[in-house]
Amino acid sequence: MAECHPVGFQWVVEARARGAKVFHVDPRYTRTSALADRYTQIRAGSDIVLLGALINHVLSNELDFREYVLAYTNASTIVSEDYRDTEDLDGLFSGFDHETRSYDPASWSYEGAPEEAAAGERAEQVEGGRAHARTAGPDQYGAGGAAALPRPAADPTLRHPRCVYQILKRHFARYTAETVEELCGVSREDFAELAEAITANSGRERTTTWVYSVGWTQHTVGVQYIRTASILQLLLGNIGRPGGGILALRGHASIQGSTDIPTLFNILPGYLPMPHAHRNETLDDYLARAGGDTGFWGRKRAYMVSLLKAWWGDAATEENGFRFDHLPRLTGDHGHYNTVMGQIDGTVKGYFVVGENPAVGSSGGRAQRFGLANLDWLVVRDLALVETATFWKDGPELETGEMRTEEIGTEVFFLPAASHVEKEGTFTNTQRLLQWREKALDPPGDCRSDLWFYYHLGRLIRERVTSEERDLPLRELTWDYPEEGEHREPSASAVLREIGGVGADGQALSAYTELEPDGSTRCGCWIYCGVYADEVNQAARRRPGREQNPEALEWGWAWPANRRILYNRASADPEGRPWSERKAYMYWDEERGEWAGPDVPDFEKNKRPDYRPPENAAAEDALSGIDPFIMQTDGKGWLFAPAGLSDGPLPAHYEPFESPVRNSLYGQQCNPGLRTYPRPESPYNPERSPRFPYVLTTYRLTEHHTAGAMSRPLAYLAELQPELFCEMSPTLAADLGLANGDWATIVTSRTAIEARVLVTERVRPLRIQGRVVHQIGLPYHWGWGSGGLVTGDVTNDLLPIALDPNVYIQESKATTCDVRPGRRPRGGDLLAMMEEYRHG
Amino acid sequence: MAGGGWFARWPVIRQLRGQDGRGDAARSARTDALRPRVEEADSVARSVCPYCAVGCGQLVYVKDGKVSQIEGDPDSPISRGRLCPKGSASKQLVTHAGRQTAVLYRRPYGTEWEPLDLDTAMDMIADRVLRTRRDTWQQEHEGRVVRRTLGIASLGGATLDNEENYLMKKLYTALGAIQVENQARI
Repeated sequence: MAECHPVGFQWVVEARARGAKVFHVDPRYTRTSALADRYTQIRAGSDIVLLGALINHVLSNELDFREYVLAYTNASTIVSEDYRDTEDLDGLFSGFDHETRSYDPASWSYEGAPEEAAAGERAEQVEGGRAHARTAGPDQYGAGGAAALPRPAADPTLRHPRCVYQILKRHFARYTAETVEELCGVSREDFAELAEAITANSGRERTTTWVYSVGWTQHTVGVQYIRTASILQLLLGNIGRPGGGILALRGHASIQGSTDIPTLFNILPGYLPMPHAHRNETLDDYLARAGGDTGFWGRKRAYMVSLLKAWWGDAATEENGFRFDHLPRLTGDHGHYNTVMGQIDGTVKGYFVVGENPAVGSSGGRAQRFGLANLDWLVVRDLALVETATFWKDGPELETGEMRTEEIGTEVFFLPAASHVEKEGTFTNTQRLLQWREKALDPPGDCRSDLWFYYHLGRLIRERVTSEERDLPLRELTWDYPEEGEHREPSASAVLREIGGVGADGQALSAYTELEPDGSTRCGCWIYCGVYADEVNQAARRRPGREQNPEALEWGWAWPANRRILYNRASADPEGRPWSERKAYMYWDEERGEWAGPDVPDFEKNKRPDYRPPENAAAEDALSGIDPFIMQTDGKGWLFAPAGLSDGPLPAHYEPFESPVRNSLYGQQCNPGLRTYPRPESPYNPERSPRFPYVLTTYRLTEHHTAGAMSRPLAYLAELQPELFCEMSPTLAADLGLANGDWATIVTSRTAIEARVLVTERVRPLRIQGRVVHQIGLPYHWGWGSGGLVTGDVTNDLLPIALDPNVYIQESKATTCDVRPGRRPRGGDLLAMMEEYRHG
Repeated sequence: MAGGGWFARWPVIRQLRGQDGRGDAARSARTDALRPRVEEADSVARSVCPYCAVGCGQLVYVKDGKVSQIEGDPDSPISRGRLCPKGSASKQLVTHAGRQTAVLYRRPYGTEWEPLDLDTAMDMIADRVLRTRRDTWQQEHEGRVVRRTLGIASLGGATLDNEENYLMKKLYTALGAIQVENQARI
């Protein structure tokens, strides 16, 4: 965190100054480690073992925050008798189909869920069903997650052998301090200290927070890493409370915003799923399958209809399903890596790359560049000439002779972009806070904002459309934004206002609860509804922090409804009283009949703690006054996920796809559902291959940014970190005959790159399963171009394209490699060496 | 400081005489005459750092039509005026010599970049989008209506504004282009 989010880390330092204890668990020693109370080195790819053992420690010693767990989680819920755990099936859960390598989650359902055929598709929707394994996972159910019975059978004594609490106990029993030592390389003493600290610092009086970044997500079990942390935090009562939570530190200025208003294939704005060809023929079909009907997700018709109205305006009517048919349909995985394979195969012909640089920034860069070289046309928009724009002129495949410039048919348009100071608009930061940026000056030359580009591209396309039915969604699209200035810049505030929503009277809406299912409201992203409340750009508010309480509700605007801590109903006990004076936050004010406190309550303001829903209540009315997780169909935090995940209802440790270590917890070595693309452009290191004996992990440096186009051209930053390096321990360096500053070649099945060796105690050999395992670390900011004042080989070229089955994120944090002294071979010699590695 | 000629006011002399070299005694007449460059700015814009997702406040100073300084915004409850090495260097991000300001075009099988007028480029891109869409249109797939093209893909968004992502998703969806992705997948 101190390396990659340095200014955010000031708050950790402040907390420590006030007595907080800081643990840093990471494969590499960083500036964060230097400022922590305790640094624990861990083998990359083994975190579920550590987190699972912490869960086991909590459960076997009954250290959970019992009152919280009973009231706010599904610990007492009884699960179907058909459920079989990894304990029964040596690392698999029940429902696995070896042929399709996917799960049917029916057996993971709550007891009493409708399973009989009569319930038909409804059963599939309620508890996931086979279909969900073929989709992109949990977000196919929208922001509410998969639906579950709102009032399932439960045993509040937690003694029923099939209640979630007991299932958890059994499932995590094999995750012990010994397995942590054996698989993570973490000593029993270090584990004991961590376990003691997090349990002592949780409960009524205290909270513990976990902070993570892509070190947890970029794995073939990335989603389950986060699940494991969620289970631990729910058991300890650390969700929805001040100083609690699981904090995702995201790496780009508006990567949160580009997920909320997604340039992602599987979702629409506000986590509404994209419709699927085989299941969503009509709006009603779609809504019936897009998650549950209870909780706030039960208002999904209002969210969806308001979006369709925002896009197709008066043309969207009740009679025509609000133009639901205008939405294109998915038929499976249409994600980034799948698209690249489509480029290589020639099905994807045109490609827009906007402020991103996949030739350097994505895993398996060779596959990326072979894809680029096979396009009809490519549009790149960036500040500098990134490698993705210039691969045809100077890419590494020209040096090896695999490509020749005059044989590459790709037509390339490079359009220079406006910088962040040359346009106005909002970023959404990692805490869901929208902050409006004022424009400082006009962009130079041909530089334009991406808003300008897409607005005018849309305008030109709409001028060219025909009367064909195919063009109807373009003809009817609402696209009349006011233009400003000599460049005819579209008004960003007008776009933000459309996102925030307007009512039947044309006035800006204040909250998503005002959205209607009848087409009378329009809203481009329901979770952002209210960002333009009172016709004021709420994201532009700038009351200084020193004039406000720590929540600073008048600085920018956080979705949803300007709340700063999600699920903050859980900061009070079931009766609505603060859990303790020390941790007081939101509470029920009986006199005023409303929830009060320093934040916006994440709950209906006037819903009493003793409210109990009547039979057949819908949407939020179906949740009681003690159900803090208002987006879930049952209002509970899910320790056990009865549906919604494609690789199991509970996390299990699987080794990375490429690992030098045998999974000693189960017979199942890797995530059984992981995705790979075994083809010449994407070869893999064999499992536990002696040719690739070392663990490789990758990371960022404070002084650079991702693929380097925003840092390598800057003199200050280039000088601070001029060269790609490979961190290794003195022991490994001695084994390989390498000294600090020497050149080394790092090899995987994909390719080989060269880097300077940084011999350092920051990386230590680990003892895993009784033998020494070496890890090496590589930052990934270098490439050959981007106007960089410093250049270097592309680290991501080494990485495999092996994906998490829930979200299709690649495993870039734990793989295997070889290291050889000296610089890498050039030209054809490199290909010859690679041939030897793959087949020799 | 009262009295004394230029010699007595010379910082070296004052420090030799025992005054604290880290305080007032380090100041010279030249120091006192220096003014911060932000003072002379024609305008200042309230902005946000473009690198990671912490969202530190930036103040962007403009003088004579150029960015003259970018500093941390002390009002921000997130950053309290602080910036990291990247944020502190971001004036170079918007002013560095490697920044491209003109459209470039590479024709198929071409060996060099060629200049291209922005309006022409926009027309050419619009034509290509519609041509590829027409050539690769799928009205149905496996017997179901899909109304889409798998011929056009897009990557990027995490470094852009919400408003930009919104227009991208809206336009692509109306075009039937579904392979729209960004760094959040990575």
